[in-house]
Amino acid sequence: MTDAEQAQRESTEPAGLGPAESDICLQGVSKRFAGTTAVDDLDLEIERGAFFALLGPSGCGKTTTLRMIGGFEAPTEGRVLLGGEDVTDRPPYKRDVNTVFQSYALFPHLTVERNVAFGLERRKLDKAEIARRVQETLELVQLEALAGRKPAQLSGGQQQRVALARALVNRPRALLLDEPLGALDLRLRKQLQIELKRIQQDVGITFVHVTHDQEEAMTMADRIAVMHKGRIEQAGGAAELYERPRTAFVANFLGVSNLVDARLGERDGELVTLETHDGARLRAPADRVGPHDGQAVQVGVRPEKVRLLRDGVAPPEDANLLRGTIVVASFLGVSIQYLVRTKGGEELTVVVQNTEGEPDAFTVGSEVQLAWPPRHTFVVAKETHHEA
Amino acid sequence: MLRLSLARRRSLLPWLFVGPGLLWLALFFIIPLANQANVSLQTGNPDTGYAFTWAFSTYTDAISEYQEQFLRSLGYAATATVLCLIIAFPLAYFTAYRAGRFRNLMLLLIILPFFMSYVLRTVAWQLILSDNGWVLARLRDVGLVSDTGRLLATRTAVIAGITYNFLPFMALPLYVSLEKIDRRLIEAAKDLYASPITAFRKVTLPLALPGIFAGSLLTFIPACGDFVNAALLGTSRQFMIGNVIQSKFITILDYPTAAALSFILMSFILIGIFIYARLLGARNLTQAAL
Repeated sequence: MTDAEQAQRESTEPAGLGPAESDICLQGVSKRFAGTTAVDDLDLEIERGAFFALLGPSGCGKTTTLRMIGGFEAPTEGRVLLGGEDVTDRPPYKRDVNTVFQSYALFPHLTVERNVAFGLERRKLDKAEIARRVQETLELVQLEALAGRKPAQLSGGQQQRVALARALVNRPRALLLDEPLGALDLRLRKQLQIELKRIQQDVGITFVHVTHDQEEAMTMADRIAVMHKGRIEQAGGAAELYERPRTAFVANFLGVSNLVDARLGERDGELVTLETHDGARLRAPADRVGPHDGQAVQVGVRPEKVRLLRDGVAPPEDANLLRGTIVVASFLGVSIQYLVRTKGGEELTVVVQNTEGEPDAFTVGSEVQLAWPPRHTFVVAKETHHEA
Repeated sequence: MLRLSLARRRSLLPWLFVGPGLLWLALFFIIPLANQANVSLQTGNPDTGYAFTWAFSTYTDAISEYQEQFLRSLGYAATATVLCLIIAFPLAYFTAYRAGRFRNLMLLLIILPFFMSYVLRTVAWQLILSDNGWVLARLRDVGLVSDTGRLLATRTAVIAGITYNFLPFMALPLYVSLEKIDRRLIEAAKDLYASPITAFRKVTLPLALPGIFAGSLLTFIPACGDFVNAALLGTSRQFMIGNVIQSKFITILDYPTAAALSFILMSFILIGIFIYARLLGARNLTQAAL
């Protein structure tokens, strides 16, 4: 697509930076609102051309962070840099980023076409150039047929596309998306997730996407920063966050995690040994141990990594092993999900792929062994304050 | 009891709702209007009575005789409307966006004058602007008014009175239309490179047009027919068409001329509104209101 190539060229040419250069950079940024700290001493670097997701529950400070990048909130402390330039004191209209608002915020008195042209008109571009770029962008989001409509005459999904086009048409350094799909129904959301990802790959602009939906973040983003209480708990690729969570919060927020209280023991080569509170001895790779104070930790494993064995069957050599009783068995078609209560009282989830064609392999009440290789084990600091 | 089919009852239901309103309009608007139209075409005098004679000459005579008062009415009303808009817009803007917890207090202050009679308030202005008043003395001190100059009984006083009396009619619709505007639209405009002034011009103002239109009508129409301000704050040299109609009806008892003058005023106002709506763009007005 020539438009995409041009956009990519435009976005990389002027600054002349390498692709790994950071496009957006927050340095020691804090934001306090009358007594509450929304964002707490945040450092963040987002690479040029990345699809970056800020993921976290409501109130974690992700939207405030986005609004500080956009210029709608001034940080109480710290600096915001765009392409290496300090823009901390610049108002939104002097920043080379555009936002797709959660509510879309389309101008109700203007047609789709005029909405999309708004930014280019403010920058005093040539009329013919504006018309050409508006047309191109409307084609990109497949809205050329609705150019003459007013926002009130569009469906939610169409309004979302207009909001996207209105921001994209300016070919900004970065596009900021504030829960852009939050108001749409599930099916449409899934469809637009793929579409957003496609568009981002086409135009090559940095996308910063705020969401509370872990699946949405994992579907679209190259890199995800999980935020909690105004801080970034962990940042990385979806697979990294899933396989190697560094904190209990990340382990719980991304996917189902099975956490068991344990005490950290001796190091044994590449592995560390752990003793669970009910006395089982487990092992985990040393590089999968998250930051922690003292020896009280939680040891975890993802549900699909665990094999269920009948009581008395010899487990594989060197496997981590816990014992328990099946509490719930749910047949999901592709898989069977079991809830197993361990001897120590935790309820752990185990997902078994339905390859055997024996949906009733384990019945509720049966005694089982949970076995998994030590390399799939992770260790996080014990969370002191559990959310009720 | 009358038994009607469901479909029949359904078709009657809307009439039940609009019925009282239609009846009210017929009784107090259409019938008096027709009656006045009839009166305006009568000839005669108060002693012997009036009779219907298709006397269209009353209209042409009224226009030529009271042209001055007509033009003055439209001029004063238009000036007062513009002044109201200039004063009320910042007031409504502040109340809608910046007043915070004082918003309701501001609104109360705007409508507070309504708790007092219109005539009484205008009489109060008479005192404020009087020749022995404090205001005139101060204005003379600073030289804004010459030592022999007056405030009362001038065009300024009448226009000021109208502006004062109709300000809430401008401020309230403006407030409503401004308050309705989603502030996130202003953020979106700023996100799209609009400075605060441009955001106001391109987003706030167009979306406030229905309020500006409604406020202008609510101010201009009654101001055109007003006679209280000219009577209390002006002299016969400031008399508006309302004063003429009032004296024709109540003092001279020349009903046909009074009725004709009323119809002429009404048609002027209707034409004025039509032109105004065209200027503002009536399509925008109805669509922006959605």
